[in-house]
Amino acid sequence: MASLTITAPNGLPYVTIERDVEAPRELVFRCFTEPDLLAQWLGPRRYQMRVEAYEVRDGGRWRYVHLDDQGHEFGFHGVFHGPASPDGWVQTFEFDGAPGHVSLDTLTLEDLGGRTRIRTHSAFQSVTDRDAMVEAGMEMGVREGYERLDELVARLASEAS
Amino acid sequence: MQIDTLSTVFGALADPTRRAILARLAAGDASVTQLSEPFPMSQPAISRHLKVLERAGLISRQRQATVRLSHLEAAPLRDATAWLARYREYWAESFERLDDLLVALQADGRSKGA
Repeated sequence: MASLTITAPNGLPYVTIERDVEAPRELVFRCFTEPDLLAQWLGPRRYQMRVEAYEVRDGGRWRYVHLDDQGHEFGFHGVFHGPASPDGWVQTFEFDGAPGHVSLDTLTLEDLGGRTRIRTHSAFQSVTDRDAMVEAGMEMGVREGYERLDELVARLASEAS
Repeated sequence: MQIDTLSTVFGALADPTRRAILARLAAGDASVTQLSEPFPMSQPAISRHLKVLERAGLISRQRQATVRLSHLEAAPLRDATAWLARYREYWAESFERLDDLLVALQADGRSKGA
């Protein structure tokens, strides 16, 4: 299985995600930019996906909502910037639950000859914002400021079990 | 958990002093004096942090004799961190689904002679 790499450098408000897929770049581009295709893969399976807007053009809006089986909604929205092509595109990303905390995401699709390397680079407004967004599940890097919280969560989990 | 609650919890967790206070309270209830000890800041400053944590539902406060004790409320924290923990899981599962979709689209393309 292709491996997922998540990188969060110490002291810098960035997160980079890399993943290779077994498909030509044009097809991967369609899966990212056509809403009916996007809805078929983005997000965990246990959530329903509702794409409310997806205007892939300079200044175009996007908005989608993940719905869980208890009726909770997790909405995300942003704006596309500049031209979108299979080479890549730029968009903002904002969680409804943290208004004003926006990341600027640059996506690139690298042609590996039949395979495609997907790279997402997210620039947050601060390291704190980045860590608040991605804190617990990261492979590396962002843990130092949250060591106390990690301990706390571990303790809470053991209490609950 | 409602989105607005989650946002308040995230805001409360964004500060390192407040995270340290929560970690201290995981060991047991404590007074403002006890909570102030590890920090180079005044008790009123710590009290302000406690107000933020209380508003987010992360702690409750109860008067016992002459002191007011802060108590950790675990549920909102558990909900918030559970959502955060899903970040990696979110992308891992999304890309697995993308793999499946790409296989289906390519099979479809071949069957149509594209």
